[in-house]
Amino acid sequence: MKKSYYQPEDLSKFKNISDWSPELGAKFFEYYNTVFEEGALSAREKSLIALAVAHVVHCPYCIDAYTKDGLQRGIAKEEMMEAVHVGAAIQSGATLVHGVQMMGIHDKLSM
Amino acid sequence: MKQSLRARSNPLAKTDTQQAQLSAGPFADGSLPTFEAQLQQHRLPAIRPKTLEILQLNMGYMCNQVCAHCHVDAGPDRKEKMSRQILQKCLDLLSSTDIHTLDLTGGAPEMHPDFRWFVAEARKRGVRDLIVRSNLTILRANKSYKELPAFFAEQGVHVVSSLPFYKREKTDRQRGEGVFGQSIEALQVLNELGYGKEGSDLKLDLVYNPSGAFLPGDQTALEHDFKKALQEDFGIVFNQLFALTNLPISRFLDYLIASENFEDYMHALVEAFNPAAVAQVMCTNTLSVSHEGYLYDCDFNQMLGMPVASAIQHIDNFDIDLLAQRKIEISQHCYGCTAGNGSSCQGAMT
Repeated sequence: MKKSYYQPEDLSKFKNISDWSPELGAKFFEYYNTVFEEGALSAREKSLIALAVAHVVHCPYCIDAYTKDGLQRGIAKEEMMEAVHVGAAIQSGATLVHGVQMMGIHDKLSM
Repeated sequence: MKQSLRARSNPLAKTDTQQAQLSAGPFADGSLPTFEAQLQQHRLPAIRPKTLEILQLNMGYMCNQVCAHCHVDAGPDRKEKMSRQILQKCLDLLSSTDIHTLDLTGGAPEMHPDFRWFVAEARKRGVRDLIVRSNLTILRANKSYKELPAFFAEQGVHVVSSLPFYKREKTDRQRGEGVFGQSIEALQVLNELGYGKEGSDLKLDLVYNPSGAFLPGDQTALEHDFKKALQEDFGIVFNQLFALTNLPISRFLDYLIASENFEDYMHALVEAFNPAAVAQVMCTNTLSVSHEGYLYDCDFNQMLGMPVASAIQHIDNFDIDLLAQRKIEISQHCYGCTAGNGSSCQGAMT
């Protein structure tokens, strides 16, 4: 067993998921590639969204991929960090908004 | 100011050390295919020259900048320059062949003492496109150089300028403190003379290359971003943006090794290999001449000490028919010109 669950070289093997399920793999990659094309949102904007989500879902492969993608697109480091903060704000907000549930339960059960 | 690899006695100042590095590591242990093996895997024939259209002269290694990515290892401490005799031979070639484009590079070609004479003489020989690759800051260096933009306009020179980014920080990190501000001033002067303006014959193109160990993104998208930012922030206009891939040569190779990015960068180049870009590589219609008059398939081969594979290796005994029979010399740096949409001195190719 390797010492880490994550191997950097696995990123370049992502396409191999199709080996054991070609039809689903092909459908996924077609969908994935279509999502990132220019649309109502620019490919640049989508790259920043992907970077923020990559942090929220703690995906080291995605962080690697979308930091490089941002560099290639000329996205500034300040823009990248702001995107990460957007992800962090939503994630922490999602935790905190559950506090309202906690407060409601607390008050309902308290005399 | 920083020094060249040569002045620092860095082993990579020697071409054989660079060549050995390019065949070591992942290429030696078989984890990556050599460029030659890659061509064979894609059943692509050896690269051969087409019609010779562009003569690219390296006028010398002297430069007022010491850029971190420079594949020439140019700088103020380099004094090599093309002799008047070799320059005359180049002019003779322009008269006796159908070469229609002259591409002057260095170093900073403007620092060559015969630069103005040579440009004027080349123009008299009917060159259709006379390109000067300018680092821009030289055009602001002193009174004499400040007159060059007007000279360019008078001679109809096509200016191709390096500008790594449209923001100060990335540009200065790659090319030196203060470079961005001077480059902006030079671009504004060129614009005032009509360069880069709609309807003007005076062409001004910019060259973008990544400021780090990553590949350039889509050229069209980058051009859009550059045009928008330079227009909004500084009122600057230009014609085209060429997105160039940094090749693992000289100072950029030194940077890749020192930052432990060499293997990952080579993996990225190999993964981005585009078979369709092979047929378009610039070495098929360009010949590169060193300051000593030796002939190379491209400026990169020149810096790696890989002369043309021909009995004709010097401009003194130039023979266009014999040179046309050669095979292009290749090594792993060629992955830089075939990655993604391809990369050449004229930007993306596919």
